Amino acid sequence: MSEREKAPAGGSATPAARRIAGSVVSGLLPPLVAVVAAMLATSVLIAAFGGSPGDFLQVIFSVPNDRVLLTIINQSAMLSISGIAAAIGFRMGLFNIGVEGQYIVGSCAGAFFAGSGLVAGPLNILATLVVAALAGAAYASIAGLLKVFRGVSEVISAIMLNYIALTMAGYLVTKYGQASGYTFTTERLPLDAQPLGFKIFADAPGDVWALSSLALILGIGYWFLIARTRFGFELRVTGASSTAALASGVNVKRMTLITMALSGAVAGLVWMPAYFGSVHTFGVPENFQAGLGFLGLAVALLGRNRTLGIFFAAALFAFLSGQSNNLQSAGIAKDVIDITQGTTVLAVVVAYEVVGRRRARSEAERVSRQLEAERAEVVAS
Amino acid sequence: MTTIDVEARGIGKRFPGVVANHDVSLHIRPERVHALIGENGAGKSTLMKILYGVQGADDGEIVVDGRPVTFSSPTDAIAAGIGMVFQHFMLADNLTIAENIVLGAEKRHGIGEAAKREIRTISERFGFGLDPDALVEKLGVADRQRVEILKVLYRGARLIILDEPTAVLVPQEVDALFANLRELVGQGCSVLFISHKLDEVLSIADDITVMRRGTTVGTADPARATKAELAELMVGSELPSPATAESTVTERPVLRLETVTVADETGREVLHDISLTVHAGEVVGIAGVEGNGQSELVEVVMGMMRARSGSIHLGDDDITRLNTRAVRDLGVGFVPEDRHRHGLVLDYPLWENRVLGHQTSAPAVRRGLVSRKGARADAQRIIEQFDVRTPGVDTSARALSGGNQQKFIVGREMSGEPRLLVASHPTRGVDVGAQAAIWDHIREARREGLGVLLVSADLDELIGLSDRLEVILRGRLTARFDPSTVTASDLGEAMTGGGVVAS
Repeated sequence: MSEREKAPAGGSATPAARRIAGSVVSGLLPPLVAVVAAMLATSVLIAAFGGSPGDFLQVIFSVPNDRVLLTIINQSAMLSISGIAAAIGFRMGLFNIGVEGQYIVGSCAGAFFAGSGLVAGPLNILATLVVAALAGAAYASIAGLLKVFRGVSEVISAIMLNYIALTMAGYLVTKYGQASGYTFTTERLPLDAQPLGFKIFADAPGDVWALSSLALILGIGYWFLIARTRFGFELRVTGASSTAALASGVNVKRMTLITMALSGAVAGLVWMPAYFGSVHTFGVPENFQAGLGFLGLAVALLGRNRTLGIFFAAALFAFLSGQSNNLQSAGIAKDVIDITQGTTVLAVVVAYEVVGRRRARSEAERVSRQLEAERAEVVAS
Repeated sequence: MTTIDVEARGIGKRFPGVVANHDVSLHIRPERVHALIGENGAGKSTLMKILYGVQGADDGEIVVDGRPVTFSSPTDAIAAGIGMVFQHFMLADNLTIAENIVLGAEKRHGIGEAAKREIRTISERFGFGLDPDALVEKLGVADRQRVEILKVLYRGARLIILDEPTAVLVPQEVDALFANLRELVGQGCSVLFISHKLDEVLSIADDITVMRRGTTVGTADPARATKAELAELMVGSELPSPATAESTVTERPVLRLETVTVADETGREVLHDISLTVHAGEVVGIAGVEGNGQSELVEVVMGMMRARSGSIHLGDDDITRLNTRAVRDLGVGFVPEDRHRHGLVLDYPLWENRVLGHQTSAPAVRRGLVSRKGARADAQRIIEQFDVRTPGVDTSARALSGGNQQKFIVGREMSGEPRLLVASHPTRGVDVGAQAAIWDHIREARREGLGVLLVSADLDELIGLSDRLEVILRGRLTARFDPSTVTASDLGEAMTGGGVVAS
């Protein structure tokens, strides 16, 4: 709804004000309701199994310490990137469930490349980002090509490709990486390609990763592409009505391929903040954080594919995960937070649907009322 | 089997802004094949849906065996003995005939041997020759149709409504179907047969009712009626007189099709050897019964389909192999047949819909960026110039009435001074006021040198707007008429393939 809010108001001030108020309500209310519903559901579940919902809520809503805050920021950056990758697909009506596989492939390719030190110095960072994005794009294109030329649903092929990605990454690291303890990893990132982070929290061990800022850059880029450019317009139209897109001159097949590749390219970058910021090597499962891709889909859903929404959703998810670490000490398994996250997404989808329908109905009514009034005026005069 | 006598009396049905049926009366006698004929858009489908309980009627009543009935769903219609076979089959390919038939009617004879026995009995009684255990995916079109008929018989229907059943059949299959229908009425059923193929109607029907513009305009006795008479009933005898304004037709060709042939995905030729020229300042109307190649003609011009052979020129530009975007960029406006699917993104505000189809040209888009200001201002211009009734440019397209949506589309497609306007049913389903406004705008643009390719099923529109009429039949242009001298029976015969082909 953010696009509508910014649009200059036409007509008299009152309906415009009402419209803005309406979009604020319809934009913010659903996620709020969803979070409350999810908290409630989790509390009920905890109580049902003999736990204390009070302890749960207290831990979750406690003020996070610096250490947790740091984790929240870094994690929400990666979740945002993953959410943007998913949102690009969603805006075109593609369900790119393969963000998971694409970011594994991107991470693996990026880590091999960066570790090899082919490009010396800080330039290595930029080159690696390009490699990771290209790898993600190439991997996503498999699903894109299968969809366009063979009619295979991108959901099915991407799920399969997710498994292949993880297994393949493991194989490649074992074969071409180096032994490190009991596992294998890629060669370590050369020291001169390790960017300095931002030391924001004095009490936390570590920095806000330099490449966490990638989330901001990609977020702004995504907003600009979708809301402002002709390409973004065509992408959205194809998602909203592929038949109208076709009649308007969009090559829908090509659009599918490009969108899938673009989504995969962003997905390829998801783990780069962690890689350059702290891990410096890649190996499954120890030296990698799996699952960010799937969470990205949830983040995009919760954020309604809007940049600000995605940032908000990513922050919420990171906050819940970060706080959940303290649940252990309260005697509650930290995994309940997965239930909270899942319920939030489920509830928000329902809430958006309800609000969307009500909005459409009230708009239709408003239009007919206004036209009736105009007609009455004409008759009266 | 007991017979059934169904009568519709004074049926009326209104949709917002449109009257789909008014004062429709029809008597389907027991053990008769009753044919319902009429142009597309004459209101046949609405009547069928009312008879089959898909929609409720606003006025009038349906009387079955002398008792008035009301159907709130097809289930009620079936319970009263009325079944319907749709033009598009609804069968699951991977199931057997028996499974398809039993699906949803499990209560009648279960799903086991008893059901199969019943299916075999019906099949033998009417000479269908269907094996309940055969897989539907192995069946041809004619057999599938029999399965559909068997499906409604199995559910106890005694009146079977068939929506254009011969559209999908080859001539031998048509004969076989007619034999089946004879068998049905011979054993107590009634058949309502919907068609616009006059030959077939005359050969199978016992009674004929003709619909035009939402109402029943007459009945005919197939033993005595001629095709010419039926055609005249279908298209109306009094044709509108064309606008008296002087001709604006120039000698300069805008669109030139030369021996264009188009095949669909299955390789079947849908357009054959089409040659057609539209000049600047000229409206060329394509008349024809729907499904005879009109959509394909529009799509091949718009670059949405590829010609197998022949060439298409826009002025001096060869557009035969160009895609839709390139064709539009050369100055072609396009009013698509289905405004909801092709003309608009319903959930987008009007100003974004202004951009649609014009993504490459100012004022909507500049240097690859969507110009919010330009698009909004120009959407506002269209709203004022074309009298689109809307609170503003931020209103979503969905909230507008059909007529206002269409006025907006026509306004948009006339933006940027196109050379050619391809208009497919530009006033279908819009109210009279919007229709007149759209016609005026097309006439005005024609005066300024616009060439228009107009596809329509509305004879008022075709005759009132066109400088020349071409008739399309089975993918060929079969006749050419001057709208100021054409007679209803000429046009009707040419459109339905009922008479001699004019040169």
